[in-house]
Amino acid sequence: MAILIDKNKRVLVQGITGREGRARTRLMVEYGTNVIAGCTPGKKGEKVENIPVFNTVEEAKEEVGDIDISVIFVPAPLVKNAALEAMYAGVKLVVIIPDRVPIYDVLEIEKVSRITGARFIGPNTLGILSVENGVLGMIGGRAATASTWFKKGNVGVTSRSGGITTSIGYYLSRVGVGLSTLVHVGGDAIVGMPHPEVIKLFEKDDDTNAVVMFGEIGSSQEEQVADLIESGEFTKPLISFIGGKAAKKGTRFSHAGAIIEGDRGSHEGKVKRLREVGATVVDSFDDLWETTRKIVGKL
Amino acid sequence: MARLFEYQSKELLKKQNIPVPSGKVCQTPKQASDAAREINKPVAIKAQTWFTGRAAVGGIGFAENPEEASGIAKNILGKTIRNFTVGEVLVEEKLSIKDEMFASITIDDLERAPVLLFSLKGGSGIEKIARDYPESIIKYTIDINSGLRDFEALNLLRKFDIEGKILLQVSRLLVNLVKVALAYEARSVEINPIAVTEEGKVFAADCRITVDDYAVFRHPDLGITYARELDAPPTPLDKLAYSIEKDDYRGTFYFIQLEKNFKKNERYLGFHGAGGGGSMMSMDAIQRRGYKLANFCDTSGNPPASKVYRAAKIILSQKGIDGYFGSGSGVASQEQIHSARGLVKAFLEENLNIPAVIRLGGNMEEKAVEILQNYTKGVPAPVEGYTKDDSADYCAERMDELLKEYKPLKDNKKPEVGLKKVDYEFETVTGSVKFQYDLCMKCSSKICIESCEPNILKLENGAPVLAVSVADAKKGKCTECLGCELECRMHGENGCYVDLPVEDFA
Repeated sequence: MAILIDKNKRVLVQGITGREGRARTRLMVEYGTNVIAGCTPGKKGEKVENIPVFNTVEEAKEEVGDIDISVIFVPAPLVKNAALEAMYAGVKLVVIIPDRVPIYDVLEIEKVSRITGARFIGPNTLGILSVENGVLGMIGGRAATASTWFKKGNVGVTSRSGGITTSIGYYLSRVGVGLSTLVHVGGDAIVGMPHPEVIKLFEKDDDTNAVVMFGEIGSSQEEQVADLIESGEFTKPLISFIGGKAAKKGTRFSHAGAIIEGDRGSHEGKVKRLREVGATVVDSFDDLWETTRKIVGKL
Repeated sequence: MARLFEYQSKELLKKQNIPVPSGKVCQTPKQASDAAREINKPVAIKAQTWFTGRAAVGGIGFAENPEEASGIAKNILGKTIRNFTVGEVLVEEKLSIKDEMFASITIDDLERAPVLLFSLKGGSGIEKIARDYPESIIKYTIDINSGLRDFEALNLLRKFDIEGKILLQVSRLLVNLVKVALAYEARSVEINPIAVTEEGKVFAADCRITVDDYAVFRHPDLGITYARELDAPPTPLDKLAYSIEKDDYRGTFYFIQLEKNFKKNERYLGFHGAGGGGSMMSMDAIQRRGYKLANFCDTSGNPPASKVYRAAKIILSQKGIDGYFGSGSGVASQEQIHSARGLVKAFLEENLNIPAVIRLGGNMEEKAVEILQNYTKGVPAPVEGYTKDDSADYCAERMDELLKEYKPLKDNKKPEVGLKKVDYEFETVTGSVKFQYDLCMKCSSKICIESCEPNILKLENGAPVLAVSVADAKKGKCTECLGCELECRMHGENGCYVDLPVEDFA
């Protein structure tokens, strides 16, 4: 059934009338996502890709019925308000695409997600794509492209880099390894669903037999995944590459999450910990697809 | 500069009623002696850098009188400590310290909240103290809405046997420190040491605050003009790049200079990535071949061509780079023709005299490569474009080969940029589009009209004009795709120019 998104999920787009909102709504609709409404305050009555626009999430819900997922495309300073609005309106999964969301805003979103029982992906995420099911966000950019790049199969992908999410998906498909769901967890220091949360969903998903994980220096997401393997909570093969070996301490290369603080989150530590518990960690990114192909072939 | 200096951090503490020693920040030895005279007690003179461990490298001195203070300040000012040239010293009252404690607040990715750390033992080498005396450490998760309440702080400190008067001061300090962190959206706040003096008073003897880069816009009072995580102060070029990104939320442009003083026997490249993860791998690939990177740069998240153009101009302004290497994740969801157009405009304007290898894999990659290669045929240096089926490693190999083959022209003349006269002009989000109508009249292609992606141009008496209102064009209807200018250069009479000012940095 794939994880997080399928054909039946009812999707709302917040910020649907903006530059990115419009372009990505087209992608989502054309790829088969069930987008049922959009929101932009003050734009009620407009239509984007034939989808009705409302002023608030609550209003949309009253007019079109329950909403499972909201995808947010509003400028970073407005993200907190949009996410809280969706969660308090009862939306259980919120996908936060924008970059540069202040971290205390994310902490507040996190707190409200606990109160309301919602989950969120991102911020700073390219989104989620379940092959031949649906896409949330901007993975693939265009529906025609996404259909050509990603072949259906049983390997899940979770990645801390957006571009790498698509790269892994494309290169795996090219060597004949099909995909279930691709998840870009987001590039920031605090994200709603880090690797271990996604890994837990893949464990439960019948359509996923193995997972490819792109890790990065900084934070402890990959170490937590190792803990899940060790405790038996994740039992499927994991093939991983950890980026950022050459990065300088204390300097950020683009992803806010990829900063080494003290000795924590180092490249060496992550690789060692994952190998200890039996995960496959490749030293060269370009080895990822062939290695995965061999492992999946034996399943 | 989302990292604050000690003296700036202490100003914020003072506002939140945390006691700090009386002191003054000084730029000259004379100011230092004046400050010492005013304090009228023995003083400490402390280099203002972003690093701890200053004492070990001569960054801290003590003076009994103003004359000594001047001498010590003279020694410290201008000193280079770990990449960092000291421009200011803090002259403050020397405390008679009896005990040292430690407190910090950081955002913890496991707790997904700010976490307060307190240690009964503080001072230099806090990491080692924490390992050796785990029983002296308290860790406490903070609720971002309610902060730390007085009773919580007192309960936390119960496990230590702190004398009543000191206990109250320390607990107040912790409560107020949490207020500082929340009020200024700090990624981290650290007081080390919390000094307990012989007189039984508690002070923040040193303090370091890092403010969240993304929240700086909400704190204009901090006067932060540059919000990036670096290990040294930003260069003028870093600041210029930041000014371009600051108010333009369309896509991401990230730039940091890595090398400023090029060594004779090394070869340096301008680096232009797309996407953080892929960029890091591409950097590894080119560095493995023995090249140094003059800069790191990332344009991603579907930036307009104008942003990519400015990024390229900034990269090319680094005099002495030997090549231009562009490579990111390789399979980008963004429309790569925008990146190609941005690069082409910059390469033409600079009359590119260093080889360039650009990996443009992703949406519309074939067209992007065609634009990149065909439209730059006139420049002296070779320009090669690659797609998603070419690995970063292969592109690095091509870069290496081109660098070995190409001999740059000795005196390269940049072409004149812009139009001789402007007959029609409209503003865009970050610049303006200009036309010279005598050239438009001669043009039979009128290609600007059809090449305009948002479709906002029309012909009026044979010349291009806006088909939407001037206000709409400026608000973003014009996406700064550069289609009009580049197609006009190729197929028209060169009567169209998109003016995208980048502050003069020659």
